[in-house]
Amino acid sequence: MAHIQLKDELEKETITLNLGPTHPATHGVFQNVLEIDGERIVSGVSTIGYIHRAFEKIAEHRPFYQITPLTDRLNYCSSPINNFGWHMTVEKLLKVQTPKRVDYLRVIIMELARISDHLICNGILGVDTGAFTGFLWLMEEREHIYEIYEEVCGARLTTNFGRVGGFERDFNEIAFAKIKKFIKEFPPVLKEFEKLFNRNRIFIDRCVGVGAMSAEKALEYSWSGPILRSAGVDYDVRAMNPYSSYEDFDFEVPVGTNGDVYDRFMVRNEEMWQSLRLIEQAMDKIAKEPKGVFHADVPEFYLPPKEEVYHHMEALIYHFKIVMGEIPNPATEVYHSVEGGNGELGFYLVTDGGRSPYRLHFRRPSFINYQVFAEMSKGALLSDAIINMSSLNIIAGELDA
Amino acid sequence: MEEAMIEKIKSTFSTAIKNISDPHELITLEVDSNKIIEILQFLKQDPEMGFNYLTDICGIHYPENKGSELGVIYHLHNLVKNIRIRLKTFISSDQPHISTATKVYPGANWMERETYDFYGIIFDGHPDLRRILNVDDMVAFPLRKEFPLEDPNRKDKKDEFFGR
Repeated sequence: MAHIQLKDELEKETITLNLGPTHPATHGVFQNVLEIDGERIVSGVSTIGYIHRAFEKIAEHRPFYQITPLTDRLNYCSSPINNFGWHMTVEKLLKVQTPKRVDYLRVIIMELARISDHLICNGILGVDTGAFTGFLWLMEEREHIYEIYEEVCGARLTTNFGRVGGFERDFNEIAFAKIKKFIKEFPPVLKEFEKLFNRNRIFIDRCVGVGAMSAEKALEYSWSGPILRSAGVDYDVRAMNPYSSYEDFDFEVPVGTNGDVYDRFMVRNEEMWQSLRLIEQAMDKIAKEPKGVFHADVPEFYLPPKEEVYHHMEALIYHFKIVMGEIPNPATEVYHSVEGGNGELGFYLVTDGGRSPYRLHFRRPSFINYQVFAEMSKGALLSDAIINMSSLNIIAGELDA
Repeated sequence: MEEAMIEKIKSTFSTAIKNISDPHELITLEVDSNKIIEILQFLKQDPEMGFNYLTDICGIHYPENKGSELGVIYHLHNLVKNIRIRLKTFISSDQPHISTATKVYPGANWMERETYDFYGIIFDGHPDLRRILNVDDMVAFPLRKEFPLEDPNRKDKKDEFFGR
């Protein structure tokens, strides 16, 4: 006979753990309410939306050029890809053909952005498994990438890069010098990073087999990007539906076999090497292109230089029309996707001929990749779930939009 | 997109296909909302179709189209042949019900929750249809056109001041 009557809630054998909304292990603002039995996760519920900023609603009230800063704040680890993805969507809508040099310049910046995105993800994965050194090693290189951004557009993180039709200015000599310096100095660092991790016993023990995903299931859950490729599906938008002249380049799409954390790490590392190859090729190609071309010749969509606005009536009219959003838009719909840092970043744009989109939907890879996380974590150790989340590379800005 | 595929879709679902167009080289089918799941299933499982990848689901609102105000838009991708297709279906905002695609594509789960959250479209049979990005106690469906972006009492941004 029990002398003390326990209350119902005291009889619960599992512990409810609130992981988030602000927790160092989530690397972003989102919450997981977990039921844990010791160190094992019994079930979990993911709650997101803590930094939802209603970009899709705001976009319905802005002319196209004012939507670029919104896209910065999706995946802010690789904002140039978002910017160019949006610009290319508008260019597809308006049937603007960009010169090859613009495409190649964009490729350089997008691949730098991909490197900086993967650097963070792989560096942080090291931190989450207990190795700080690699992360610090790589952060220095990210700084060099940001310096290149700064040289070209003046901003570092939320870049607001370029314009519809090209760039706002040409790359100067310092920018090219910095890119060349980066191509030379980055490989030894990445090699050293790989040496520290790839065959590291502790790292392998922590990562192999954690969060494994079959190719079938990954496709059913609409995964994309490095994590889908790590499961063995060679779907890369750059290769499948080339944009920005990716068809002119020679690069490999690395794939893994079982989609676990280790495979994702290796796929991301290899993608950085491929990005470097792409940047090198793009530099060679740019050298052969006519100098000084940095935007398409479309005066009705691309802002004229300021001096001309003050002295030429035509330039003044175009300037006014573009700033007021009075550019001629067809009433149609267009879907364009680019390979973002985390996967297929899609823009579905519906226009009714007005100055702003009638509807703009972002297909955000983090949002779609993350939905299976709670299910994957069932039965996993808490520490495994954390490195699994880390290598899914969920960026809160892209998750919530 | 191959003509044979379109022909086969047309012959299988003759009356359910209301309109076929291809804006910017992406085949767009407007389909009957009652048949959407059958069509998705067919597009995924038929060996000649093979649309095995659900790229995206999103909603849209046309308040002027009485009786079919709300739309659901599906983007599918055949990864083997690299063909994309877009399905559009419209329902009334009085009865915003449509069957869930989660049984065909499990990845539709959060995409449908997002669509419900913003447009109030109810996906019948969805395993967990709750709001996802907005707060749970919100009453409005914010991406519907009648929902204002900013405080409607503000005077400084009225269209008339800008000649609109």
